[in-house]
Amino acid sequence: MNGSDVTREGSEGGRPGRAAAPEMLRGGPGADGRGRRKGGKRGRGEQLMAPPAEFESYYGRPVVKAPAWRARDIAGYFFLGGLAGAGSVLAAGAHATGRTTTATAMKVSSVVAVSLSTAALVNDLGRPGRFANMLRVVKPTSPMSVGSWLLAAYGPAAGAAAASAVTGRLPRAGAVATGTAALLGPAVATYTAVLAADTAVPAWHGAHRELPYLFAASATAAASGMALVVAPVRETAPARCAAVLAAAADEAVTKAVERRLGMVAETWHQGRAGTLLRTARTLTAAGAAVGAVFAGRSRTLAAASGLALLAGSACTRFGVFAAGIASAEDPKYTVVPQRAAKEARRTTPTHSAERTQPT
Amino acid sequence: MTDHLLGDHLLSGIEPGPARDAGHSGAPPRTGFFTDTSVCIGCKACEVACKEWNALPEDGLSLSGMSYDNTQGLGASTWRHVAFIEQEVPARGGPGAPARGGPLTAEGRTQLPLAETSDGTGGGLDEGTGGGTGGDLRWLMASDVCKHCTHAACLDVCPTGSLFRTEFGTVVVQEDICNGCGYCVPACPYGVIEQRPSDGRAFKCTMCYDRLGAGQEPACAKACPTESIQYGPLDELRERAALRVDQLHAAGVTDARLYGHEPDDGVGGDGAFFLLLDEPEVYGLPPDPVVTTRDLPAMWKHAGTAALTLAGGIALAFAGPALRQLGAATVRRGRR
Ligand code: SF4
Ligand code: SF4
Ligand code: SF4
Repeated sequence: MNGSDVTREGSEGGRPGRAAAPEMLRGGPGADGRGRRKGGKRGRGEQLMAPPAEFESYYGRPVVKAPAWRARDIAGYFFLGGLAGAGSVLAAGAHATGRTTTATAMKVSSVVAVSLSTAALVNDLGRPGRFANMLRVVKPTSPMSVGSWLLAAYGPAAGAAAASAVTGRLPRAGAVATGTAALLGPAVATYTAVLAADTAVPAWHGAHRELPYLFAASATAAASGMALVVAPVRETAPARCAAVLAAAADEAVTKAVERRLGMVAETWHQGRAGTLLRTARTLTAAGAAVGAVFAGRSRTLAAASGLALLAGSACTRFGVFAAGIASAEDPKYTVVPQRAAKEARRTTPTHSAERTQPT
Repeated sequence: MTDHLLGDHLLSGIEPGPARDAGHSGAPPRTGFFTDTSVCIGCKACEVACKEWNALPEDGLSLSGMSYDNTQGLGASTWRHVAFIEQEVPARGGPGAPARGGPLTAEGRTQLPLAETSDGTGGGLDEGTGGGTGGDLRWLMASDVCKHCTHAACLDVCPTGSLFRTEFGTVVVQEDICNGCGYCVPACPYGVIEQRPSDGRAFKCTMCYDRLGAGQEPACAKACPTESIQYGPLDELRERAALRVDQLHAAGVTDARLYGHEPDDGVGGDGAFFLLLDEPEVYGLPPDPVVTTRDLPAMWKHAGTAALTLAGGIALAFAGPALRQLGAATVRRGRR
């Protein structure tokens, strides 16, 4: 038995009843990551949302596979899609209220953002040459399929709106395109939340109810940030207002996510994800506040607050992305909530088909 | 609590005919795997046969330190994976396991290779396990594979239609269509399907679709010397599995349990299900997997509401300043 030291569970003799969690809330020699891993690892200084739960795994290997997506491409895609989509709504508002400079700038921003986001998506494919296969079928069960069709409709509309605004030609058609882009824009901004949530990744799927609102808030923050950067000071009032609404919503929804996720919320607090999400909240709040107070007067401060809002939105997307990866890579976040759900079903009499699993 | 966007049974819940609902009229009975881990001897013939038949590339030759498991897990180039778990057996009469092993004799099998218990009634594996605590170590071996879920998340989320449901009710990737978007990878609740780094496309077990079409059983089942891997119509396999569990319970192996056999579980039942001797997570299996698309109608609803909120919020942002201007103008006019 040469391999035995790898797999013995330290000095623990028998296998205590695994379901009986309370007596097992101890660390001990078995919790060191060798062999079958028992017990969650505790990071230093982080706030635990729930007592460290006991769990078992196969040599600490993940149960679900994290996506092989590159953060730059896919989190970047989320960010740019949000910027483009919400930007189109701002552009339409500016267009309708005669804020022409803002309208034109936001239309250009949207078409650039959606082009870049599509490029990021194509770049992340294992076979970029086969991108067209995305439009082979229409599948409402696949958020990526829905998204591809959405982009296929939105992209040209955003492009036409920008082209008309920049060249000043075909104003009637330009207005129609602006309206179309504004109608599709919110969907472009929020469907990416469904894309992430419709996976077995605990930190994403567990937040599937809240994630669309978070992405909507983050997209609004990005677009109003862009408007603050590009618009003349006298036209910034709506953007300032939108930024404040977005920042407030962002804060509220993040809180709701943390409540919903239970122990999986750790992944939103720890490591790279924690840093990014904390930075995001600071930047978004600061950007919105500075914008609200000073952007009506100072061009420089308006641009600075706009940049903070843009950076905050990007940090939110990269943070959510990182939290998802972290939650997929540690079997704890798959096993513990699923155990709890199974246990809850066993102890409630009306179990049958209605599954109450939170994740 | 999903709504009826696409009909509940297509996304989750009990689904008696996945092949039929996928459009195969006159489909043959659904076939699958029953992997009885209580008789697995860890020979890995299944892994080898799978690699050979499907011409899977080599995927790393590293020593993992995980017992005899250097394969480590299912992936793009590993469609059968034999897990090895070494664990200490609780003392006889201890909590949870009054007796493991036992002098069982099943038809065609002289003695079950369940590990030795401390009182020496087990069979087979006692030689050489004596180091340290002396004979109270047992091995669990289990050959893992794609579950060919009734509600397969990988298939649901695939944007190209590359993943499809076969007439046998199994789930297969079409290599010539997959564009390597990688969405199926995080969607699978079992962590089965994976993109091959050198290739970009996603691969997984096909249940030897080519062999099934020719009336043959899959390569792994054919190669398994102990009939740990059994292939056949799913209904028959489920019956056989239930009998086997009863038999093991009667023989005192109270830890024996089925995994993935219930048509009303979170994925609507697995096309490849298992008999396990410990909790699923010990084998690296999720204890309560749920097909992610069960919640998709709710997600679309929330995304729709969120989109409307976004539009409404921005409209409000334009209305606010406009109203203020209007108010100010009215006040000015009133003064004049
Ligand atoms: S186990 Fe995973 S890869 Fe296999 S059919 Fe189910 S979801 Fe798809
Ligand atoms: S990687 Fe291939 S099989 Fe997987 S979802 Fe994308 S297109 Fe479908
Ligand atoms: S399942 Fe069969 S072929 Fe595979 S390791 Fe076990 S006994 Fe050997």
